[in-house]
Amino acid sequence: MDEDAEIIAEFLVESHENLDQLDRDLVALEKEPGSRELLSSIFRTIHTIKGTSGFLGFGQLERLTHVGENLLSKLRDGELPLTVELTGTLLRMVDTVRHVLAVIELSSTDEQADVEAITATVVLLQAALTPTDAALEPAEPTPEAIPASEQEVAAPVADLPAPAPEPVVPPAPVPTPTPVQYDAPKVPEPVAVEQHHEQHGEPHRGIVDSSVRVDVDLLDNLVQLVGELVLTRNQILQRADSQTGPLADADLVRAAQRLDLVASELQESVMQTRMQPIGQVWAKMPRIVRDLALQLGVEVELDMSGHETELDRSLLEAVRDPLTHLVRNALDHGIETPEVRAARGKPTKGSLALRARHESGQVVIEISDDGAGIDPAKVAEAAIARGVITQEQAARMEPRDLVQLVFRPGFSTAAQVTNVSGRGVGMDVVRTNIERIGGSVDLSGQVGLGTMCRVRIPLTLAIIPALVVGEGGERYAIPQANLVELVRLEGDERDTSVETLAGAEVMRLRGHLLPLVHLADVLGTERLADSALTVIVVQADDLRFGICVDEVHDTQEIVVKPIGRQLKGLATYAGATIMGDGRVALILDVPGIAQVENIGAVDDLDDRSATNESHELDSLLVLEVGGGRRAALPLQAVSRLEEFDIAQIELSGSTEVVQYREGILPLLRLAPAIGLVEPVCERTQLSVVVYEDGGARIGIVIDRVLDVVEAAVVRSDVGRRPGVLGSAVIEDRVTDLVDLGAVTGATNRAMAGVG
Amino acid sequence: MSTQYCTFWADGLQFAIAVEHVQEVLRTQAMTPVPRAPEAVLGLLNLRGQIVTAVDFRTRLALTPAPDSDARMNVIVRSGGDVVSLVVDQIGDVIDTEELRLQPVPSNLPGAVRSALTGVLTLSGAILLVVDPHRAVELPTEVAVSS
Repeated sequence: MDEDAEIIAEFLVESHENLDQLDRDLVALEKEPGSRELLSSIFRTIHTIKGTSGFLGFGQLERLTHVGENLLSKLRDGELPLTVELTGTLLRMVDTVRHVLAVIELSSTDEQADVEAITATVVLLQAALTPTDAALEPAEPTPEAIPASEQEVAAPVADLPAPAPEPVVPPAPVPTPTPVQYDAPKVPEPVAVEQHHEQHGEPHRGIVDSSVRVDVDLLDNLVQLVGELVLTRNQILQRADSQTGPLADADLVRAAQRLDLVASELQESVMQTRMQPIGQVWAKMPRIVRDLALQLGVEVELDMSGHETELDRSLLEAVRDPLTHLVRNALDHGIETPEVRAARGKPTKGSLALRARHESGQVVIEISDDGAGIDPAKVAEAAIARGVITQEQAARMEPRDLVQLVFRPGFSTAAQVTNVSGRGVGMDVVRTNIERIGGSVDLSGQVGLGTMCRVRIPLTLAIIPALVVGEGGERYAIPQANLVELVRLEGDERDTSVETLAGAEVMRLRGHLLPLVHLADVLGTERLADSALTVIVVQADDLRFGICVDEVHDTQEIVVKPIGRQLKGLATYAGATIMGDGRVALILDVPGIAQVENIGAVDDLDDRSATNESHELDSLLVLEVGGGRRAALPLQAVSRLEEFDIAQIELSGSTEVVQYREGILPLLRLAPAIGLVEPVCERTQLSVVVYEDGGARIGIVIDRVLDVVEAAVVRSDVGRRPGVLGSAVIEDRVTDLVDLGAVTGATNRAMAGVG
Repeated sequence: MSTQYCTFWADGLQFAIAVEHVQEVLRTQAMTPVPRAPEAVLGLLNLRGQIVTAVDFRTRLALTPAPDSDARMNVIVRSGGDVVSLVVDQIGDVIDTEELRLQPVPSNLPGAVRSALTGVLTLSGAILLVVDPHRAVELPTEVAVSS
């Protein structure tokens, strides 16, 4: 419905503009009766309105413009001379068209508009003036006139007696009263429209009055100028802020603050003028999907949401083609034919969903289908065959990374080049185009179940909020969209929070390990020796990591400027901006830094959980046992963690026990129970995990507790043995998964024997 | 056909570039270094709100490195859609070369020099190396990070 309303609104604006032109043309025509140029222009205008009204189902308007067009074609072809009466009639026809448009604007239909009278006049007039007297058949149908139209012409004439009580007989000179008479029914109508307004009780600003058409170049220029203004404001603010003490110029400070406010509002408004809803791109999709589905013999249910999500006009232009391509791909490579789908137990009708939304300063567009998915193995095969990667490289790649190969130049998974894809615009072009506007594109999915393509694009290109940081004496800007939080670690805190694992620094942050990179290393400058550490936690796509910087300045609105092609090869920078003091500062590209620094593997567990629903997150207690070996217990089985002095251990039969909470707690040494060797114990304290099962407690003796993690565990049978279910990679380390039932069962039996 | 050339010096050689490609000539500007950039990129400068990449002309042509000096000049060159600054030693006159014909670059010049030239103009007292404004600002992308 909304789309229709939008189309109608556009039609109204356009038609009103055209009619204004028409008025001028008609008046000019009177002075210059023979001008074919003017007549052609008028003809075209009416013809356009006729075409669109037919398309939109405005029957009345179509009928009116149709007879007008016929008359005009006669004039244009010189079959009729232009008389004052004719001009008057034409002008009245234009007025009636306007009136019909007003009715449409109010009611979205033209059913209430009465066009009979003027239609009849036009037809009559034409009949009267046509020398051949062949009123009912346009002597020479114009090329534009559709053949079926002749009947329509006939219809109003047949109806004629009713609305026109005094039909004018065809003698050549047209009697002047006629137009006057037919003028009559027209008059009350605009009044009715006015009343309608008043009923609503509020001044109704017509569509035409409330919008103007503006040259896009002018808007772009405005954005440029606002960009400059923002920079100048930053400079003035800096100057004003530096004024402190008794000599401070209070007026300047006030004026600067006012400037700040006005500039911000101006900037917002100007940016707003460039924002357009993504619905404009969505609107074309149903047709594309329908045509393609027919062509490919698939059935598709298209589901679109987030039409109103707005983004900058230039960005909208830039994503149009990539999005169309992704939709084509989903149909061509994703959704299977009904037979195949039925065989795979899916509904025969495939589903394709397009969703758009705003998310932390970006527009996220998701294109997901429930088709065949992307098979990493097939991708690898194709990539090797096309020389994109070598067999060796493929063998070393994660399935997730293999899927991303489709973005490489020279890659196309289409088994055969179809009419649809394979026209030289591959996924690499999609990615290039999206990255060019500062966006990213990511593929995920599961073989047999579907594919999801997620495109992230900045809301607007020109001005973004950013955090300015300092490194090596220079300033760098980090887009706010990538920022998560700032962490400052001083003294001891730094030592306890930051650890180096195999040369890589990580930070503990609320139970998660965060990979750290030093901006100095990224830039190749000297690290500053400092006891404190300032970490900027950033997020790019699904990656979260910390960037260590020398200093943090402040957040600013920065104007993103492109950097020259000499620097395009540097993934580290997204662009540059000009600071308040006029100096250039580089804008850091967070995804680029992640790529350069090889960050990504850490997130694998989470990724797997996202793509593979069968692995839900488990809470695990990770512990060290058997002298440095890692094992994990499900956290829910653990009731307490205790420390006991070795001297507290007593023996009950052959079982070690301690007195615990007014009872006896049997101890179970975990290492031998899972086939490991208990290290010679030098400690005087025992770490014990108290396990409770139906009232019976067991103390499981371990070396120490390492961590509590939430992880999607992908269990492998490697290391499976009595007491061990298997192993899994937890926090990048292979960890035994303890089979608590088996382990404690043995002890319980032993205790029962004792008892 | 262009007949006027802006001339400049770098490492004792006299270069010429067609005036329509030269936007302006500036004294030493404050520059922001670009870590990890190709060696020839000296930094970025703010030219009335536009960000311009400054290319050390000597490094680009693999000539001897310039001594540290504040006297170097920025020749702001329009190249395609980009505006690039060629940082040179010294600015010469604008020379009218209507009478002269462009001659091919002698083949024994080093490749890095030849790659930036379109030809040479021989004057009675000097040889002008005519710079191609597009190729002169092309830099080898050996540092390009590919995924």
